[in-house]
Amino acid sequence: MLNTILDAFALLAHLDSGVLAIVLLSLKVSLSAVLLGALLGLPLGAWVAVADFRGKAVFTVLLSGMMGMPTVVLGVIVYLLLSRSGPLGELGLLFTPSAMILAQTLLVAPLIAALTKQVVEDVWRDYATELRAFRYTPWQSMLTLLYDCRYSLIVAVLAGLGRAISEVGAVMIIGGNINGFTRVMSTAIALETAKGDLPLSIALGLVLISMVLGLNALAYGLRQWAMYKFG
Amino acid sequence: MGNVQIRLSMFPINLNQLRFTPNGRAVLTGVDLELGGEGISVILGPNGSGKSVLIRMLAGLEMPDAGSIHWQGSNAPEGQIAIVFQHPMLLRSTVTANVALGLRPLGLSRCETVKRVNEVLGRVGLTHRAKDSARFLSGGERQRLALARAWAVRPRLLLLDEPTAALDPTATEAVEQIVREIRTDGAKIVMSTHNLGQALRISDDIIFIEAGRVREHTPSARFFSRPHSNEARLFMQGELPWRISFGD
Repeated sequence: MLNTILDAFALLAHLDSGVLAIVLLSLKVSLSAVLLGALLGLPLGAWVAVADFRGKAVFTVLLSGMMGMPTVVLGVIVYLLLSRSGPLGELGLLFTPSAMILAQTLLVAPLIAALTKQVVEDVWRDYATELRAFRYTPWQSMLTLLYDCRYSLIVAVLAGLGRAISEVGAVMIIGGNINGFTRVMSTAIALETAKGDLPLSIALGLVLISMVLGLNALAYGLRQWAMYKFG
Repeated sequence: MGNVQIRLSMFPINLNQLRFTPNGRAVLTGVDLELGGEGISVILGPNGSGKSVLIRMLAGLEMPDAGSIHWQGSNAPEGQIAIVFQHPMLLRSTVTANVALGLRPLGLSRCETVKRVNEVLGRVGLTHRAKDSARFLSGGERQRLALARAWAVRPRLLLLDEPTAALDPTATEAVEQIVREIRTDGAKIVMSTHNLGQALRISDDIIFIEAGRVREHTPSARFFSRPHSNEARLFMQGELPWRISFGD
């Protein structure tokens, strides 16, 4: 056991090219997905919080429900869309990093939207009267609230990143876990553990945990700074 | 500060038989009122009399269940209306950004926005705090910021809903001075309060409201020397017939 852990640290210390490629691809896929998910989820969540429209309650329930969408189910849905006989089959995206980004975007966008809605809705209760008095349109209100909640919303985006970078089901189905092409940290850990290559699994696991902890520390620091600066 | 031609176009404001009964509770029970375009009108009355609701209706934030409001005969006001509440909303941002907030819907150029913000911050004495976070201001400074934000839109009608209720006498005096300056600048002020001293200091006319009805609308001097209604007399003497009984 100790030897396995030491081997894992040795892999990290020597900056093994295989490990590095997997880490970089994971970052590329998950950060791209979170960026796209945030671009969709932040305004969507803020809009649902601010706007009054028919079916808002149903939409809110669906949005919250999507937060808990099993990743393998999403993977199958995207697989059906991108498979050769599917409606988007002609794009030839299946088993590519682009397809993995698409799947993870669909995974994190509802999560970011639902968390954004919650954060923005709480602030909206306090701000609605005055923004209405100033004749703010729902769109202007939404942008103002997103700006005002910017530091709280970092948590929502980080939650999205945590979900994206650690999920296995969707990227395994959509990406195929092809070595050197679509293999990311989570799928590599699953595969190498099954194969018995525990040092590599542990090395990747350590990188994954370090990244998640590092990002959370960054978010915490940013929020503390914002509290100090803006109250 | 503003364009006088545009800013004279919403008065008189006529409120006709306004009724407001949310969830069956009578808040306004038939308000008739005419507001001219000048001076400071103070709405006086006990808690729960309908002062704040009346202010919110003039701001378009509440709709009456019955009755109507006419703005120089029109159903919609022409010209800017601004409102300041007892606890103004403040963004997690600088004082400057909070003042600029009110200008965004006007679609002004950046240059004009900066000019107006700097001008009003100077007039309310907050220039030195322009870059500070608004959330670190004192209560009095917060209310001055809210007044600056309202002033920046160059309102023809400024509505104040108990703006000094949570302030100490010094901060209250500063707010009253700013309100007078905004009036001098051409805005009609309608302010609610239950502070008789403040009403006496600042008002040109008094609208006394009780149980959702305007009991009296008279020039300030006359109201405080010879109130017309019995309710107003009792209110000023602190002998309120509607006050809470503690079983004595």
